[in-house]
Amino acid sequence: MAFIDYYKILGINKSATTAEIKKAYRKLARKYHPDVNPNDKTSEQRFKEINEANEVLSDPEKRKKYDKYGKDWQHGDAYEQAQRQQQSQRQYQQQDYGGGNFGSGNFSEGEFSDFFESMFGGRGAARGRGRTAGFRGQDFNAELQLDLKDVYKTQKRVLTVNGKNIRLTIPAGVENGQVIKIPGKGGPGANGGPNGDLLIQFNISNSTNFKRDGSNLYATESLDIYTAILGGEATVATFDGKVKLNVKPETQNGTKVKLKGKGFPIYKKEGEFGDLYITYTIEMPTKLSDKEKELFNELKKLKS
Amino acid sequence: MTTEIYIPIKTLCTHYKVETSFFQGLNDYGLIEITTVEKSPCVHKNHIKNLEAIVRLHQDLNINFEGIDTVLNLLQKINDLQDELTAAKNRLRIFEE
Repeated sequence: MAFIDYYKILGINKSATTAEIKKAYRKLARKYHPDVNPNDKTSEQRFKEINEANEVLSDPEKRKKYDKYGKDWQHGDAYEQAQRQQQSQRQYQQQDYGGGNFGSGNFSEGEFSDFFESMFGGRGAARGRGRTAGFRGQDFNAELQLDLKDVYKTQKRVLTVNGKNIRLTIPAGVENGQVIKIPGKGGPGANGGPNGDLLIQFNISNSTNFKRDGSNLYATESLDIYTAILGGEATVATFDGKVKLNVKPETQNGTKVKLKGKGFPIYKKEGEFGDLYITYTIEMPTKLSDKEKELFNELKKLKS
Repeated sequence: MTTEIYIPIKTLCTHYKVETSFFQGLNDYGLIEITTVEKSPCVHKNHIKNLEAIVRLHQDLNINFEGIDTVLNLLQKINDLQDELTAAKNRLRIFEE
C-alpha cells in the first residue's frame, strides 16, 4: 500500500489554508466531476482521489494526523492504536465546513483508497452537506466482443451481469462502438425509484476479407488477364456464399462492380441489405513460356 | 400504472432534500418537463437520469440553472461529436490492411 500525497493531488502546499484547500478542491471538482466527464474512467478515478484528499485535508483532525505521520503513516497507525486504547472514550468532534462530497451516479462515496481506510479506519462520517444517494438505480456498463460474422444475423445471447442472467437480442447490422440500452436492467432504485439501465457497447472485430462501411461491404477479387481482356465468368465470395459474375470484355484493373443487396444487413430493417462492391485486380501472368512471349510480341506488333 | 411511469415531485423533493420551487425553477428554465397526473406534478421516469445529473451539478458544483443548461448543451454536442468520431473511425477501417 503506497503513501498518497493529498497535497499534491489538490495541487497545494502544506501550509495551505482551509480556504485555499476548498478553492483547489472546487476547481478540480468542476474539472473532473463525473457528470461533466461521462464515460471517462480516468476522470472518475481522479475525482475519487480529489474527494479523498478533500475529505482528509478539509477535516482539521484528519489533516493533523496526516501531517503528523506523513510518509511514516504505518508506524503512526500503530501509535494511534495504542493511544486509542488509553483514551477509549475519545471521540472526534464532527465539524461542518460546508465542503460537501461530490459524486455521480456511477461513483460510490465509500470508494476510498486502502491508504485512507488504513489511516483513518474506514470512510468515517460524512461531513458537510454530503450527497443524496441516487433515486434512480445506477446504470451498468458492459462491453461485448463480437466478430463481424456474429452480427450478420440477429441472434439471442444470455449475458451474466452482476450475477444475473440477462437475455439479449442482438439485432443484425449492429455497428462497432454502438451502445444498446436495456431499460431497467441496471442497479435497483432507492425509495421506489426506477432501476438503472444496462448499457452494452459492441466491440466488433473483423476476421473476414470484407471491409464494412455501414451496411455496404467492400472486397477485392483477382481476375486473370485473359478473362479481363476477353470477358467471361468469375466466381466471387459474398458474405453468405459464392456467386457467379459475368465479366465484361476489356475489364480494366480497379474496375468496381456493385452487387445490389449483397452487403450487410441494415440495422433494425429486417430483410434489407446494403450493397457489396467488388474491385477487380488483374493478375499479370508470370513465368511466360517462349511460345507465350512470342504471342505477346505478335500482339504488340499488331498494336504498334 | 401511471404512478409507475410518473414520479411525483413530492417524492423527489423528499429524496433529494430540495424544495418544490427547485423543480418549478427547472421547469421554468426548460431543463425538465413537469406533467400533472391526478392533480399532482410529476416527472416522467425516463427523465430521472437527466434530472439527477442536474441535481448533482447544482448541489455538488453550485452551478445555477443557466450554467446547467449550458453544460448540458455542451455535453450533448460532445456526445454528438463522439458519435461522429466513432462513425468516422469505422469508415477509416476500410482503408486499413
